[in-house]
Order: sequence, then structure tokens, then C-alpha cells
Amino acid sequence: MLDAQNHRHTDLPNAPGVGYKAKHFSDLLEAPGDVAWLEVHAENYMGAGGRPIAQLAHLAELFPISVHGVGLSIGAEGRLDPEHLARLKKLCAWVKPASFSEHLAWSTHDTSFLNDLLPLPYTEATLTRVADHIDEVQEVVGRRMLLENPSSYLAFDESTLSETEFLEALAKRTGCGLLLDVNNVFISATNLNMDAKSYIDSFPLQHVGEMHLGGHDEDEDDHGAPLLIDSHGAEVANPVWELYGYTIAKAGPRPTLIEWDTDVPDWPVLRAEAAQAARYLQPAHV
Amino acid sequence: MQTPYYKQAARYAWPNREKETNMAIDPKSIAVAGAVAAALTASMTTTVHAQAKEKCYGVSLAGENDCAAGAGTTCAGTSTVDYQGNAWTLVDTGTCSEIDLPAMADGTAREGSLEELDRDLPA
Amino acid sequence: MAVSQTSFTDAIFDPTAPRPDGLSDGQGQAAGRRFDVYRNNVIASLTEALQAAFPVIEKLVGEANFKVLAGDFVRAHPPSSPLMMFYGAELPIFLKSYGPVSSIQYLPDVARLETAIRESYHEGDAVPADPAVFGSLSPEALMASRLTLVPSARLVRSAWPIHAIWRFNREDGAPKPEMTPQDVLIVRPNLDPQPLLLPAGGGTFVARLLARDTLRDALDAAAQEFGDFDLTQTLTLLISNAAILDIGDTT
Repeated sequence: MLDAQNHRHTDLPNAPGVGYKAKHFSDLLEAPGDVAWLEVHAENYMGAGGRPIAQLAHLAELFPISVHGVGLSIGAEGRLDPEHLARLKKLCAWVKPASFSEHLAWSTHDTSFLNDLLPLPYTEATLTRVADHIDEVQEVVGRRMLLENPSSYLAFDESTLSETEFLEALAKRTGCGLLLDVNNVFISATNLNMDAKSYIDSFPLQHVGEMHLGGHDEDEDDHGAPLLIDSHGAEVANPVWELYGYTIAKAGPRPTLIEWDTDVPDWPVLRAEAAQAARYLQPAHV
Repeated sequence: MQTPYYKQAARYAWPNREKETNMAIDPKSIAVAGAVAAALTASMTTTVHAQAKEKCYGVSLAGENDCAAGAGTTCAGTSTVDYQGNAWTLVDTGTCSEIDLPAMADGTAREGSLEELDRDLPA
Repeated sequence: MAVSQTSFTDAIFDPTAPRPDGLSDGQGQAAGRRFDVYRNNVIASLTEALQAAFPVIEKLVGEANFKVLAGDFVRAHPPSSPLMMFYGAELPIFLKSYGPVSSIQYLPDVARLETAIRESYHEGDAVPADPAVFGSLSPEALMASRLTLVPSARLVRSAWPIHAIWRFNREDGAPKPEMTPQDVLIVRPNLDPQPLLLPAGGGTFVARLLARDTLRDALDAAAQEFGDFDLTQTLTLLISNAAILDIGDTT
């Protein structure tokens, strides 16, 4: 196991958290179970006021909060949107989150926002560009961030670096931490016919400030090969739990989020997923 | 023409205040003050008083951002015809078929019905 | 070869375009329908955002038709901001000229109502004026005052019965809409936006308040439109729903 080192850039506890949904507000307050922290999608709290802001302000007094951006487009060929950066800065300034994270992906091109996490080739040129963008984010928001590995459905012929090499280089150049989405690793490994445990073995685990778990859908490509889709619409699959156990055994316990964004279940189902993560995080298991 | 609001002062009770004896006040202002006083009285019984704690409860109203892949995996949104107007269905007409409103004053035909869009199919 | 984000984006929005070259399954075969995952995610997620924003429009045209309409809208008006909470502001104008529904002339106004409700939901919080201030003003001061409404207040005026149409699609057992122009005031007394039907003349009165007219001018305009304008009723709506931010006493 790795020694605890503070270049993970998170104050979240090594315990389960869940992605916050408004429908769970009262259930969550009454019976949080093993849920020790909450993650919110930054863009949903960028309105001027009203219920979303009131709820987040209330929850931030009770739980450590992870602000997880889904719309910054760090991998874009173009410049980062200064207005969006300013909104992130403002949000982090008042929420004072225990963690701030974004994705290795792009979602804005020219003036169009595509509302999806789109993939990048792993080359020296994209590495430089993404590193510059991370530097800018950390400068403006005034704190270190975590960067999340994507779920891949295809590969770029032009890539010259592996994803883990790319992420490690980014962490070294920018000082950012990493958010390891274990479900994404399983999806990408399955879709691109790689070994998931080898990916974990090559991942710079000392930089991991947070982990994600979530459910996926199963489809297939034109040739009948399995194609997993990162739907966040089901329980965490058994092989993903197994991969999580493998990762925790190597890295030690880390703050772990259960993501469930589509077909969001009733609170007890989500709480049970958090309880399952808690069992992995107990010292006996690690 | 109906009676203007300011000629209807008798409707409203003027509140007991010192200033009411000022004879220089125009009757319109007095009527309005009476209307305001009546509104104050009425709203005392109807004003919504929310407890601070309860203000947070309630589900989200609008669309939200998330980082999940959409439903339907690879099928929806990729068909060359699914998202073109010629896919419009007259079977599923929604509630607008139940709403029957008369024509506009400008004579524009006004039907709560749907028209099929006639446009070129993509190649 | 390098795949630019321009070619990636273009191929996402045009389902008839070839998929970009240079993408594979990781084992040397062309990506094929793997690329369609992104096409789907973009269109489906933006369609879902519109469904969440315009539930009444969706009910009016039917779910299947709404998805067709949304797909066309998304391609014509992709979001210009990452905030999905505000996506679809151009839908009312789009509906005016969208072939299949252009004959349903109330549709754009209903869409404006839904847009305004959503704006109200996310607007800034404000402490309303203490209505007791009204009681302390002389009649002249009252007439000269300029009422400011809270940021979450919205006025939507229509030649169509938009409030009745909205209710018909949101409340079980609500009556069928009858032809009449309706002006709607959206208030947010308790974090939940409420669309309130304004009495005759009320739309003009509130519009004048929003234009920073004095109470006297707002009243005159309302009475000119509807001689029997009921100030008490409209003010009661504003006060009891905490919609007045400032009474604007000028004395």
C-alpha cells in the first residue's frame, strides 16, 4: 500500500459519497447511512438563486461537498470560456468544497456546447494544451483540481501515449490530482480490448484523490464486440466492484463516489451501494 | 365604458389615520389608498409563510447537467430520418388535439391540429 | 491522421455525414457505430434537457413528436452555454416557423411561459418589502411611488389562454381552455414558481411597474385598457406572494 501523501488535493474523507439528487434531499437528511459526503455537478448550481442554491447551502453545512464540473471542456482545441471559469471560481468561493474536479474531455467547440464528454487523442500536442488549460483553471479557481479519466468507446489512430502515461504527465506538469473512475476503467478496457488490472497497475495511484463507481449499459459494436456505455443508470456491476477491490488493495482507501444519474432509484438503493463501498473501505478489507 | 376605478372610492374603507383629514387630497389618491389598504388586509390571510427549513424541500424543476451517457445507447439520434420533420406522427398528437380554440381576429386559420412537414428526405 | 474537433462536431450534428477517419476500435478496425455513441449522447441529452424544460409543450404535441421537434431544434440551435438549466430560450421563436406546429399559434406563447417559469426558478433570492410600508405612505406618496418587483417575478402576456392551457396540461381535471387573452404573473413565494392568472388590466399594470412607471401611471394605463380594473386584486396577488421588492417611496 502507498503511504498517504498529500498531493491528492482533496479534503474528502476516505469514505463513501453519493452524487446528490434533489429527489433524495429529505431521505438523505433523515437516513444518510454510510454516506459521508456529497458530490454535485457544478453547472447545476450556477443559477442566481432559488431552490438549488438553497439546498446546496444547507447540505454544505452538513456534509463535505465535492464540486464536480461537467462543462468546462478542458480538452477543447479552443480557449477555455472565461465566463465559465469565473462561475466556477464563484461557486468554489462560497461552497468551499472539500474537492474540485473536472474531466479529461472536451464538450464545447466554437460556440456550441455539446453536453457530452468527448474524447481526446493522447499526443504531445494535446498534452501541452490540456496542461495549459489545467494551469489556467487552477490559477483562476485558486486551488488544485482533480482530473478524471474518461470512458472510451473508440481510440484515435494518432495517439502516441497511453491514457495512464498521459494522465501521469498531466499530474506532474500541473500538480493536479487525479480522479480515478473505476467504472470508466472497466468500460474503456472492455471496449478497447485492454486488461483493466494492467491499466490500474500502470495508473499513478499516488495522485488519486477520489474514486468513482457507477453502473453501465451493455451494447455491441458493428462486429459484435462488447461495447459498454457509461450510463450511470444501474447498480455497480460485479466486475467493477472486483476491480475496485483490486485498486483499493493497491492504493489504500480513498474517497469513493457512487454515481447514479439516469433512472435515479429511491434513496435506499443508492444508500445500499454506498454501504457496499464502505465494506471495501474498511481496514479489514484493504 | 365601465366606471373608472377612481370613481369607485365608496368601495373601499379608508384606514384610520391622521392624514385622512387633509382636504387637499385628490379623490383618486384616496381611492387608491383604499385599494392598497384592502390589499394589505387581504394578503394578511393569504401570504405564504415558509419555514426556513422547509424551503429547501422539493424536487428539481429544470434540466440538469450530468456526466452520464444518454439512454438508448447507439440507436437514438443517429438515424438519418428519426430527427427529421418527416418522422412527425399524426397518431401521437398530444393534448393539443383536445384543445379547440376559435380563429384569431386576423382571420388566420386556427386549428389545434398538426401538419405533416413536407421536406426532402436526406440522401 | 489527426481528427479535428471541428470534424468531430460536424459529424455529430449531421447524421448523414461520414464518421471521421482516424478513429478505431483500438484493434485496427474503423470505429463504425462506436462513433454513434457520441452522436446519440449529444442529441439524446440535449433532447432530455428540453423535455425537462418544456413539459407542457411536450404534452401538447405528444412525446414522439416532441422528440422529433427537439432533434431538429438541437441541430438548429445547439447550446451556446454549458448551463443546461437555461437551454432552449430560442424554442418559442423556433416553434413559430416549425412546419408541423406552425398552425398551433398558441404554442410559442406557452413555450414563453415555460421559459419564464424556469427563469424564475433559478433567479436570485431577495427579501420582499414589508407591506406595512404601504400603510405609512400618504396617498400622494403612494401615487408617486415606483414599485420594484423581486427578481423572480416574470410577466408573460398573450393573446391566447396560456394559463388555461398550462393548467389543462399540468393539473388533473383542469377545465378545457376557452378562447380569451391571458396575462400571467409568475411569482416564487416559496422557491416554487407559481403562474398566476392576472385579472383584466393586470397585465398592463404589472408591465408598467416593470417599466418603472409610477403607481399613478400604471393605474391610468390599466384603467384605460379595462375601466373596471381591480387594483386590490392585483396588489393582493403581489403582496401575498412576496413579489414586491421595494415600494420606492419618493417622499
